[in-house]
Amino acid sequence: MRKSFLAAGTALLALSAFTIATHARDLTIVSWGGAYQDAQREAYFAPFAKASGNKILDEAYNGETAKIKAMVETNNVTWDVVQMEAPELENSCDEGLLEVINWEKLGGKDTVIDPAIIGECGVGTILWSVILAYDSEKLGQEGPKSWADMWNVEKWPGKRALRKTAKFTLEIALMADGVAADKVYETLATKEGVDRAFKKLDEIKEHIQWWESGAQPPQWLASGDVVMTTAYNGRISKANDEGRKFNTSWNGQIYALDGWAIVKGSDNADKAYDFIKSATQPQAQAQLSAKIPYGPTHKDAVAAADEKTQKRLPSNPDYLKGALASSTDFWVENVEDLNQRFNNWASQ
Amino acid sequence: MIRLDPSLSKSERISVIATWIAALLVILFLMAPIITIVPLSFTSDSLLSYPIPDWSLRWYEVLFGSDMWMRALWNSLYIAFFATILAMILGTVASVGLTSPNFPFKGAVMGLLLTPMIVPIIITAVASYFFYAKLGLTNSYLGMILAHALLGTPFVVITVTATLLGFDSNQVRAAYSLGCKPIPTFFKIVVPQIQPGIISGGLFAFVTSFDEVIVALFMAGTEQFTLPRQMFAGIRENIDPTIAAVASVMILISLILLLGIQWVTARSEKLKAGKT
Amino acid sequence: MAASSQTAPLTDSSQPHVGFDPKKLKAQVRTAERRKTLRALALVAPLFLFVLVFFLFPIGSLLERSVNSPEFVTIFPQSAAILHKSDNLKTLDEQAFYGTLFEELQIAAKERSFGPVGRRLNQDVTGFISLFKKTARKIKKEKQRPADAKAWFLSQNENWGNPTYLHAMKRASSAWTDFYMLTALDLQRSDGGSIIAVEDEKALFVDILIRTMEISLGVTLICVILGYPVAWVLAHTTDTMRNILLIGVLFPFWTSLLVRTAAWIIVLQKEGPINSMLQSLHIIDEPLQLVFNRFGVYVALTHILLPFLVLPLYSVMKAIPNDYMRAAKSLGAKPWIAFIRVYLPQSLPGLSAGAILVFILSIGYYITPALVGGPKDQMISYFIAFYTNNTINWGLASALAFILLVVTLVFYALYQRVTGGKAGMGV
Repeated sequence: MRKSFLAAGTALLALSAFTIATHARDLTIVSWGGAYQDAQREAYFAPFAKASGNKILDEAYNGETAKIKAMVETNNVTWDVVQMEAPELENSCDEGLLEVINWEKLGGKDTVIDPAIIGECGVGTILWSVILAYDSEKLGQEGPKSWADMWNVEKWPGKRALRKTAKFTLEIALMADGVAADKVYETLATKEGVDRAFKKLDEIKEHIQWWESGAQPPQWLASGDVVMTTAYNGRISKANDEGRKFNTSWNGQIYALDGWAIVKGSDNADKAYDFIKSATQPQAQAQLSAKIPYGPTHKDAVAAADEKTQKRLPSNPDYLKGALASSTDFWVENVEDLNQRFNNWASQ
Repeated sequence: MIRLDPSLSKSERISVIATWIAALLVILFLMAPIITIVPLSFTSDSLLSYPIPDWSLRWYEVLFGSDMWMRALWNSLYIAFFATILAMILGTVASVGLTSPNFPFKGAVMGLLLTPMIVPIIITAVASYFFYAKLGLTNSYLGMILAHALLGTPFVVITVTATLLGFDSNQVRAAYSLGCKPIPTFFKIVVPQIQPGIISGGLFAFVTSFDEVIVALFMAGTEQFTLPRQMFAGIRENIDPTIAAVASVMILISLILLLGIQWVTARSEKLKAGKT
Repeated sequence: MAASSQTAPLTDSSQPHVGFDPKKLKAQVRTAERRKTLRALALVAPLFLFVLVFFLFPIGSLLERSVNSPEFVTIFPQSAAILHKSDNLKTLDEQAFYGTLFEELQIAAKERSFGPVGRRLNQDVTGFISLFKKTARKIKKEKQRPADAKAWFLSQNENWGNPTYLHAMKRASSAWTDFYMLTALDLQRSDGGSIIAVEDEKALFVDILIRTMEISLGVTLICVILGYPVAWVLAHTTDTMRNILLIGVLFPFWTSLLVRTAAWIIVLQKEGPINSMLQSLHIIDEPLQLVFNRFGVYVALTHILLPFLVLPLYSVMKAIPNDYMRAAKSLGAKPWIAFIRVYLPQSLPGLSAGAILVFILSIGYYITPALVGGPKDQMISYFIAFYTNNTINWGLASALAFILLVVTLVFYALYQRVTGGKAGMGV
């Protein structure tokens, strides 16, 4: 028995030795999970790890910037590079949660398209869209064609899925209520406009199933849990590549920009710059677009992509008719207030 | 299997049989999800639905070939192992003190030591998160081990004090009078007899840590993701057959632990029976 | 080890009999007893300290967060002091206030440190975050403090003079606050300082508390109905059969919570086994929505908590002698009357212990409702996590935790009373 006591003691000592000897944390990259992150892993993470000899840890999140706030405020930074939506990125930058980008380290600002310079802290990485999708094997080819159709519960009974954020949901509600794409943000800027959006949402509140991660919409369409859904365009294309027969409506699509940011106080800031630089090269970006059709941000990347890929990108002129550009400025100002109201509304 | 007392009237028999049917249905309800999920992990399809088109080990290959899942499995075992050891040591030692007739305010102290079991884990998790962050212990193995050990200690205290109550302290006196010193006495006389209590307490502590997800959600960094934490992300993100495969592996582990506990209890009952 | 051997206990009994001095003996016994007490205390001390430092203290500081929010006072100390001094804003020295605010905001804007303040004030009056942000961008460009600071602020945004906003700042000008506790009860302070109900569109938490109780009570009732026959059968069958059936109860009990939750999602989903079975039997045409709603929460929670009812109930029932029922019947009682008047009351201690245990466990549940419920089925734990992680409203999260803790402890005290503090799980 004395032996086991000694063994336990040694084990404890070993444990404390292990945990006290601080080892350098591997570069940790946080993105949106699922098929998109799989594509990133192949196009960005693995090649960078191989070329630089750095190990990479990757984690998925659903856009909870609060997690970054908590890390910075408690001085416990374990994320290095995070992919964020533009308004949240600018807001976090304003709050001092992100490093200000030194573009010199990335080869200068003129290598990327203008919108890819997101405030002071963001390096644009993809152009993506929120579109309407349904399973043609269940609804046939003549499914919903616009946001207004999403509200038609008589013709297409069943649950419809929307992203559980004020952003996109309110725009979609207004467009469904007949507001033209170029008047959406003008309307949302007024109290009446916001009320109008919520009133419109009330009409189908009982029929909404909220999604939080981008992997959910294609999965719910496939399992028949929802009859139609909003979705990130790339996830739907990816599901179709794997044999699904999902149809999409690009009418009133909302396109937006995502960017890389470095968390303030990251121990791996240098490696983070190296990574962002390698992930912004035209070849790497073209490869990602080929795997999952999100638009690149390097000026030469679209040209580097093949023709089939180019057609599937949100920037395809056919898809841009009646499209709405998500307004970073509007959401920078209003995201907190509207999310608060939205969350209260959704959980009541 | 149903022993119907011959003295029962007809209506009583009917109600006994009805109770049995109800009980069996409830047990079926308890077993059903577990029975359903295991076969699904052997599907060749990427959809989790019956009928299963073809049997294959595809998802186990994915699981055992994935760095992410293997790391999570290793983390879970590693954290649970050390948390259990810590809980066992602290809990056993404290139990010996608690069962001493000289211990003051026994009820109150015991109640206090058991609170980690009663307070909802979400509260423990959020509180630990803020506290450990100040110490720089969030996103560390040590932090996870300490937090999980804390959750495990009440089980050790409960099982060990229970076995100590049946322990005849005259044996200790006898050992002392024969010149045995306290610490050897503890290891030679006390531990072997309360061993079943320590082991089953330890198994409870192990399961508590191995199955714990809420503290892990708040405290674990990417490096420390445990199996349940990774499963939580998987369930929210995308339920594919890999999840069913992980679930099956975890079911197997809990089965082993359950059998372990049963074996320990059976053995300790045998010991008790042998004594009287 | 060597040292402790010298102080081995019970040496008093083997003391040489040097004369007989009762006083001395008493003293010796007392010393020995004290030593034993000290040793017992020393043995408990490590765990006690561990629980104290890593559990009780953290919970205490969590609860402190629900009444203490120093953001505004820390980052705008002087502005806060001026506001705090004023008697309900009537005696506010406006020039001093706006002038100080200008200087402190300018520093905060340059250091990007106003974020927590904006967020704190925004919790009280929606609009503060954008107000701070917009003004901070402008203030960075100002060379020096303008002569009329108030006019400068008003020219940026008229809300800087809005009494609603000023009162919110005044409320935050002291670190100690009842703001979060009030919010958690759907109450607020009016500008005059009295406690009033919040607007309907903001009222949320009383509903959530009621919802939590409702779901927990429902789960408890279902567990009682489903668990009673199982416990009865376990207590009234052969040993072999009991062991087989016990595995049926214990195996799920030992299976990981997440495994079971995942299993229910798979079983209950639209194309899951239940729906396809019902459809192939032509009981339904369209698949039913069985998960991501209240139904799913009841099913999964009942499944997880049922063993907690069955096991204590079974161990009580096992101890009920058969003779009483026989006696009652032989005295002419009808079987069901005998059951209700004789058997049920004797099983009641186990039933109530199990039911309270199930209730306590279910009010604090987080994972299962979060995964199988919809947004309208989330219980109080979900909101504690939500306000901690998603919106960084740590004060509100702490206030909700406070309420949950109080409710849990009240029912735990009840549980202690019912069981006399010694009901086992019977395993």
